[in-house]
Amino acid sequence: MSGASDDGDRARRFRDAALPYLNDAHTLARYLMRNAADAEDAVQECYLRALRHFDSYRGPAMKPWLLTILRNVCVAEFARRGRQESPSDFAEEEPTAEVLPMWQEPPTSPEAVLLRQHDSDAIRKLVAALPQPFREAIVLREMNELSYHEIAQVAGVPVGTVMSRLARARSMLRAAWNVAEGSTS
Amino acid sequence: MNCAECEILLHALIDGELDAGHARDVEAHVATCPGCAEKLEAFRAMRAAMAEAGLREAAPARLRARIEAMLPAPTEPVAVTHQLSRPSRRSFFGGFAVGTALSGALAASLVLTVVRNDRERTTAGEVVSAHIRSLQAGHLMDVETSDQHTVKPWFDGKVDVAPPVVDLTAQGFTLLGGRLDYINGEPVASVVYQRRKHVINLFVAQRLGIKHAGVTATTVQGYNVCHWSDKGLDFWAVSDLDADELREFVEKISAALHPAGPS
Repeated sequence: MSGASDDGDRARRFRDAALPYLNDAHTLARYLMRNAADAEDAVQECYLRALRHFDSYRGPAMKPWLLTILRNVCVAEFARRGRQESPSDFAEEEPTAEVLPMWQEPPTSPEAVLLRQHDSDAIRKLVAALPQPFREAIVLREMNELSYHEIAQVAGVPVGTVMSRLARARSMLRAAWNVAEGSTS
Repeated sequence: MNCAECEILLHALIDGELDAGHARDVEAHVATCPGCAEKLEAFRAMRAAMAEAGLREAAPARLRARIEAMLPAPTEPVAVTHQLSRPSRRSFFGGFAVGTALSGALAASLVLTVVRNDRERTTAGEVVSAHIRSLQAGHLMDVETSDQHTVKPWFDGKVDVAPPVVDLTAQGFTLLGGRLDYINGEPVASVVYQRRKHVINLFVAQRLGIKHAGVTATTVQGYNVCHWSDKGLDFWAVSDLDADELREFVEKISAALHPAGPS
């Protein structure tokens, strides 16, 4: 009798709990799938699954729970495609090939803000070029701002593996950045 | 600490995931090793640049609309568009040599001791908040006396533990009194001590954080915090005393809980 209102209540609770993390989910999906349309499909699939399993959700942290589901969706999609990742479309969005120094004094002038836009695109491309486990670790840490324990939960690996992946991811990023800088200066 | 360990741990330091003791170890190594110091600086700068660059990808409005549209939920199982079999992670990651330059095994062996637990960290924050509240409210003590035999019975019936109350005046820590406090909604006993002008709150409860025998020292909002478990109780000492003096306090309390011989 009260079924309809229960559903409504459940939907409202889900909306309040999960929708605030839509940007986090989209960010992770964007870097994992590396393609805008695939990322949106993955996020929608993630929210469908999360809604279905919402009754079994026992808090407290919604963000890692949601991102765990999203990661599984992405991994399943890779498996379905025969483990072929889509080519990155990060490079296509901004045709500016010029790579500029990524870290420097905080920008103040309009020119500097423009430079920062270039930096941002350059870093995006470098992150998108990382192999999957390292890309995933760095995105969960830097963009999703998860703790090591939460990253371990999402990636389904021990915290020690998270630590070594992050160290490796940052080393690779640093090396790629040095190469990029060397090629333009 | 050697460079291989440091190379992994410096990231945990940058990310604020290292406990205070190991953070000091890393900083001590970096102070004497130009190679690791250079790495630490470079990775700090890289992290700052990434934060500055705004790399998050906001969800497009059409995606938000699509998700909004599927709410409220239908009661029947949601149809999915493709087979959702879950591949083994092994096969998925098999193509990558994980941790080739950095030892994964080394990280795994380090992690058990060095990375702070989320729950422990949350509790440390709560404990420090309680300490700050106790100083601000002009409500440091509910029972104000330096007599341990007055403080201890005062807690009877107020909390579900009998906190050890010891007089350490001779060792330079004056007993001020006791207070009933609430942390995470649970009543907690606080025994209040003082050294010079520095107040120490010693919180005692049955379950407060993760039980472990050794003392975990950390710093939250500039306050030094020590946590340890003994005799089935969790102890949290908080103060603006420096870390060494707080450690000394913890040792004195521990020693008083375990008298060396017949008294």
